[in-house]
Amino acid sequence: MSTHTATEAASRIRSEHYVWRVRLLATLGPLTAFAGVVWAVVQPYRVTLLHPHGQGFWWLFVQPPLLVVLAGALFHVFVARPLIADLEE
Amino acid sequence: MPPAEHVHWMFATGFLLLGLFLLAEVIAGEEVWQRRAWRPYLWPSFLFLMGVLMWPVMTFFTNSTIHMVAHGSWAQVMMLAGAAELGLVRGKLHNPLWRLATPFAFLVSGVAFLVHEQNPWFFQRSSFLHHLLGWTMLIGAVFPLARAWRPNWAVANAGIAIVFVFVSLTLFSDRDLAPVFGHLSPLAGEPHR
Repeated sequence: MSTHTATEAASRIRSEHYVWRVRLLATLGPLTAFAGVVWAVVQPYRVTLLHPHGQGFWWLFVQPPLLVVLAGALFHVFVARPLIADLEE
Repeated sequence: MPPAEHVHWMFATGFLLLGLFLLAEVIAGEEVWQRRAWRPYLWPSFLFLMGVLMWPVMTFFTNSTIHMVAHGSWAQVMMLAGAAELGLVRGKLHNPLWRLATPFAFLVSGVAFLVHEQNPWFFQRSSFLHHLLGWTMLIGAVFPLARAWRPNWAVANAGIAIVFVFVSLTLFSDRDLAPVFGHLSPLAGEPHR
């Protein structure tokens, strides 16, 4: 009886751990991308796409807030999602 | 060719991704991380690729011998650390001493930052960042060293991830010529932008 209870408790703790891991992995990419968005709001002059006249490729598209958003999105789609699928199996 | 600060930002993105990969590995756990064949190779091969990409930076973006040597040493140690980790993951390298390649890369990188920065901390922003990055890499070497001692220790892996994310933030802050906390030496020149 006590062994059964202990097994149930261990299984519950393990499943809670998995839920937290999935949650953390699911938020890591979006959180990174959100940090990029916040950066763009705080320093809008960094996003030259908002006033593109006279800007070249590098100044338009290779700006830190855009790169952070891109990194968060790429990580979420190509790394976090497959990892979450594996965790949930 | 991109301006030098854009190159720093692209490498910052690389370090951010490296940090995220390592954090994901820590969160998911080693067993789940290794469930897909490609995943254990992800961050070591990415680090190796960043080392390869540092060579054109060394060739086209450095304007003094000491800068060239510093960038060359970063290229070499990033490739060394990435290749050693790849060899360990693949099982081609068996000697556990290969695990010291990553802390060695941290130490060499830190020294290269500190040695190649000739100006004091508050000369301009890039000087401040070079000093900060140098000490970050030297102190942060504790984490890969701990990982070499205990390969699956989550704290050590998380520490490396946090160091990479911090390096990324620092590189994102870099500008060609800008003040730092209101300080800009008149000897540094006029800020560009």
